[in-house]
Amino acid sequence: MHNFDFVKPSTIADAVKALKAEGAQALSGGQTLVASMKQRLAAPATLVSLTGIAEMKGVCLGDGGLHVGGATPHADVAREAARHYPALAALAGGIGDPQVRNRGTLGGSIANDDPAACYPAGVLGSGATVVTDRRRIAADDFFQGLFTTALHAGEIVTSVVFPIPQAAAYEKFDQPASRFALTGVFVAKYADGVRVAVTGAGGDGVFRWTEAERALSANFSASAIAGLSVDPSGLIHDLHGTPEYRANLVKVLTARAVQAAG
Amino acid sequence: MPKDGGIGASVKRREDVRFLTGKGRYTDDINIRGQLYAFFLRSDVAHGKLKAVHTAAAAAMPGVVQVFTAADFAAVGGIPCGWQVTDRFGKVMQEPKHPVLADGKVRHVGDPIAMVVAETLDQARDAAEAIDVEIDELPPVLNMKDALKDGAPKVHDELTSNLCYDWGFVEENREAVAKAFEGAAHHITLELRNNRLIANPMEPRVAVGDYEDHSGMHTLYTTSQNPHVIRLLMGAFVLGIPESKLRVVAPDVGGGFGSKIYHYAEEAAVTFAAKMLKRPVKWTCSRSEAFISDAQGRDHLTKMELALDKDHNFLAIRTETHANMGAYLSTFAPSIPTWLHGTLMAGNYKTPLIYVNVKAVFTNTVPVDAYRGAGRPEATYQLERIIDLAARQLGVDPIELRRKNFITPDQFPYQTPVAVVYDTGNYQATMDKLLELSDHAGFAKRLEESKKRGKLRGFGIAHYIEACGIAPSNLVGQLGARAGLYESATVRVNATGSITVFTGSHSHGQGHETSFAQVISEMIGIDSAQVEIVHGDTSNTPMGMGTYGSRSLAVGGSAMVKATNKIINKAKKIAAHLLEASEADIELKDGKFTVAGTDKSKTWVDITLAAYVPHNYPLESLEPGLEETAFYDPSNFTYPAGAYGCEVEVDPETGKVTILAFTAADDFGNVVNPMIVEGQVHGGLAQGIGQALLENCVFDENGQLLSGSFMDYAMPRADDLPFYKVDHSCVTPCTHNPLGVKGCGEAGAIGSPPAVVNAVIDALQRGGHTHVTHIDMPVSPARVWAAINNR
Repeated sequence: MHNFDFVKPSTIADAVKALKAEGAQALSGGQTLVASMKQRLAAPATLVSLTGIAEMKGVCLGDGGLHVGGATPHADVAREAARHYPALAALAGGIGDPQVRNRGTLGGSIANDDPAACYPAGVLGSGATVVTDRRRIAADDFFQGLFTTALHAGEIVTSVVFPIPQAAAYEKFDQPASRFALTGVFVAKYADGVRVAVTGAGGDGVFRWTEAERALSANFSASAIAGLSVDPSGLIHDLHGTPEYRANLVKVLTARAVQAAG
Repeated sequence: MPKDGGIGASVKRREDVRFLTGKGRYTDDINIRGQLYAFFLRSDVAHGKLKAVHTAAAAAMPGVVQVFTAADFAAVGGIPCGWQVTDRFGKVMQEPKHPVLADGKVRHVGDPIAMVVAETLDQARDAAEAIDVEIDELPPVLNMKDALKDGAPKVHDELTSNLCYDWGFVEENREAVAKAFEGAAHHITLELRNNRLIANPMEPRVAVGDYEDHSGMHTLYTTSQNPHVIRLLMGAFVLGIPESKLRVVAPDVGGGFGSKIYHYAEEAAVTFAAKMLKRPVKWTCSRSEAFISDAQGRDHLTKMELALDKDHNFLAIRTETHANMGAYLSTFAPSIPTWLHGTLMAGNYKTPLIYVNVKAVFTNTVPVDAYRGAGRPEATYQLERIIDLAARQLGVDPIELRRKNFITPDQFPYQTPVAVVYDTGNYQATMDKLLELSDHAGFAKRLEESKKRGKLRGFGIAHYIEACGIAPSNLVGQLGARAGLYESATVRVNATGSITVFTGSHSHGQGHETSFAQVISEMIGIDSAQVEIVHGDTSNTPMGMGTYGSRSLAVGGSAMVKATNKIINKAKKIAAHLLEASEADIELKDGKFTVAGTDKSKTWVDITLAAYVPHNYPLESLEPGLEETAFYDPSNFTYPAGAYGCEVEVDPETGKVTILAFTAADDFGNVVNPMIVEGQVHGGLAQGIGQALLENCVFDENGQLLSGSFMDYAMPRADDLPFYKVDHSCVTPCTHNPLGVKGCGEAGAIGSPPAVVNAVIDALQRGGHTHVTHIDMPVSPARVWAAINNR
C-alpha cells in the first residue's frame, strides 16, 4: 500500500468539497478499495471517508418506499430492513461474512458495481432510485456495465429509495471460493408488474430478464417461466461456470425466487 | 501409572494454551535489532529469456541497501534436489539447474528474479517496482502431453527434452501384466486427473537470516517442518557453510502439509545476504506470493486399467501417469509419483500383477512436490475409482467386489507385487465398522426421503492404505534418496526428576508436545506435566529428519522410546546400588523402583538425584548423570489403512453437491492420544473433501495462475463440511516399532477424495443419469450439471 492522506468529513457538503481535490477518492466500507490499495492496484492521494456522515446512514420508511443511507453497512440493513422489506434484508444478510457486513455499505457496493455483487440485483430488481449529492438516478439508468455506473467523478451515493413490493425474494448461488454470486436473481412483484434482476451472470453486469418479467407479470408462479430459456451468449465464462451453466442458473434461481416470494 | 496422562488418554493439547491466547512465537514474530527487509521481484510471465535486469535506479532509492540478482549468487550452488529417480531403462533422471535467482531464463510466474533489501519493507517494495526487467517471452510449456512431443519448447535448454524420467514399476512385470490383460474376462479403463492443489497453511513462509561477524555463526529462522534437513541442504549444497557454523531454527510453525518440507531459494537468499550485509534480513511471504512460490501438490493425469477374471477376482492393474514437476525439481518431487505412489497401487487387494508407468514432466508452472499424503492419495484415488467403475460395469455391489478381493488377515505379512510388505491389517473389519457407523442399512430409506425433495442421494465408499513411518534408510538409499530417514531423540533427565526431551521430529500442528510427553509418562510412571518436549532448533536437538509422511510417532516416537529405555536401564543400575540389590531384581512401576518380592523401593526422584549428586553412587562402574540419545531407523514402513464412507445429496438443477455424512473407520495401530488422532483425521478429511469438491489450481494458456487468490481458489470452509463420524477401534498394532503405532496424519486426505467422487457418481446413477461414469475433481456444481446434461 502506498501512503495516502485521510479525511473524514461529517457532512455531505464537506465530502463533496474534499473529493474535488486532485487524486481524491471516496472511501465507504473499503471492501474492494482497501484490498486493491494493498495490492498496489489503486493508489489514491487522499481517501475521503463517508462513514462519518450521519445523514448517509440508516434505514427508514419515507416518500417512495424504504430509504437506505449510502453509508449504511449491510449488517444494519439486514437488521433494520427486515420488518419493511424482508427480501432486501435477506440479501444484505447474505453478503460476505460478518466482517464484510459490518464494514461494507450499500453505496460502496453499487458505486463499485462488481458484476457478481448482490446489491445491484436488489437495486435493479426493486426499480429503486439512487440518490446522489446532486441528482436522482433510476436504477435502470444507473448500472452501465462492468464496474461502470452513471456516477460522475466525485459524485456520492447518499441514499437509495426502494419501492416496497407486494412480494419479493433473492436467490443466490454462491461462487464456491469467493461466495460472491456465481449467479443471483432478485424477483420483486409490484402492482404494475414483476421485475427480475440477475447478477453474477451478465458479461455487462447486472441485467433484467425481461422475458421472465412479462411471463411472471401475467402469472406469478414458477410454472410461468417453465417454457422460457436464457440465451447464454454474452454471459460470463470463468473457472466456476460456463455461460450455459449460468443461463441454467438464471432460470432455476428465478423459479426458486418466485416460489420463495410466495 | 497416571492413567489420565499416559498412553491412550485424550489429554488436552498443552500447546493450545499459547496458540489460542496469541502467545505462539512464529518466525514472523522474530525481529532482530538492525534487521533489514527483503522483497522478491518475481516473474510475471511463465517462460522467457531474461535479457537484462537493470537495478541501478532501484539501488539508488531511499532505504535500499542492496539489490541482488543471479550474478550475486554466481559463486554459490543451486537449490538441490533430494531424490534421484532412475528410469525404466536404467538411466538417472534429467536434473536441471535450479539457481537461487532466475539466471538467463524465467520459468514460471513467480520465479524470483531479484531480491531488494532495504530498511523497510515498503522501501524494498517501492524499489522492486523500479527494477527494469527485459524479458523476451517464449511460448510456455503447460500441457504435459504436448510437452513431450518432438519439437516442443523446452523449459530447460540444457536438457534433452521436458521429460524428467520415464519410470516403470515393476519393470520386470511389464510383459506379464500385458499378457494378463489379453486373457482377462473383463478389462476396465478409466482416465482421470488428480487436480493440482495449493497447500495454503495458515502461516505463510517466513525466513530471517542472521550473521554474527565475530564468530562466523549463521542463524536462519524459518518456517520449516525439518530444520536439520534445511541445515544440511542449504549448508552443504548451496552456501557451503559447515553445520557447526549454521543454526536453523523452526519455532512455532502454523501448518505445513508438506509445503514446508523443502529448501526454498528465499531461505538461502536471506542467509547469504545477512552475511554480506552484516545485518539480519527478514522476508515474509504474502498470501498472494505463496500462491506462486510455495511448492504445489498432486497434478497427475492418469490412464488406469483393471483386469478381472470371470469371477471378478482382480488379475492385474496397469497405470500410465503423467506427473507434473513444474519448472524445477523441488526437494523431494521426483519421489512422489514414483516410490510414494507406485508402491501403494496394490491398495487393500490381492492383485497379483501390477505395472505402474510414470512420466514426470517439466512445465512452466510452479514446482510440485509432496502435499498431505503425497503420491498415496493419487494411487488410492485411481484404485478406488476404478473398482467402483468396475462394479458398475459388471453389475455387482462395489462393497462386495472389494470384500472379494481384500487381502485377508491370515495373509499377513503380505508381500505385494509392488515391493512393499504389509505387516498387519484387517480390511474386512474396517469395512464392517464403516457400514455399521454410517448406517448403511438405512440408506435406502434416506434415498427415498431425498427423492421426495427432488434431490439425488448417493453413498460412496473407499478403502485406503498408506505407507507411513518413512523410512528404512538403506532401502530408500537404494531407491534414490539422498538422505537417511531415521529419527533421533535425546532424553535428558534433570536432577529433581523432570525430563526434557529433544526430538528431531518437528511439530507444526500435530501436538507432539502433548503426545510425546504422554509416552514418557507411561514408560516411567511420572506425571506428563514433568516432561517437556523441545523441537525445532538444530543447536539443541540431535540430527533428525523432521515431520512429514505421518512419521513422527512411528519413527521419532520410537527413537524417544529407545532413548528412554536406555534411561530406565541406567536408572535400574542406580536403584540396584542404592537398594543393595541385584539389577535383575529391580522393577520399575508407577515411578518407583522396587526390589522384586520385597517392599524395598526408591522413588524416581531418589534415583535422579543420586545420578546428579553422586555421593552414594557406583562411580567406578557408572557415569553420573542421566541423559541418553538414540537414533531409530525403521525396519519397514507402517501401513495405516481404513474404510471411508461418504453420503451426498446432489441438486440436479444446479449440480451442487452437499455432503450429508462422512464416516471414517481407521486402523492406526495403537493410539497414544485419541483426541489428537481424531483432530488429525478431521483436518485430513477437510483437505480431502476440499480436493474432491472445491480446490483447483488452474493456469491459463499463457501460464498465468487463474486461481491466484482465495477469491478463485476455493478452500473448504466449516459449512462445506459435515460433522464427521471417526473411529479408530479396529486395531492391528504395527509389528516392528516399539509403540505399535502406524501414523494418522495423512489418512483423511488420502481416503476421502475417492469416497466423495464415488458418492456423487452413485447419486447420479441412482438418479437415472446412467451415462455419467466419471467426473474429474473438483466435482464442482458446474461440472456436475454439465455431466448430467451432457454439456
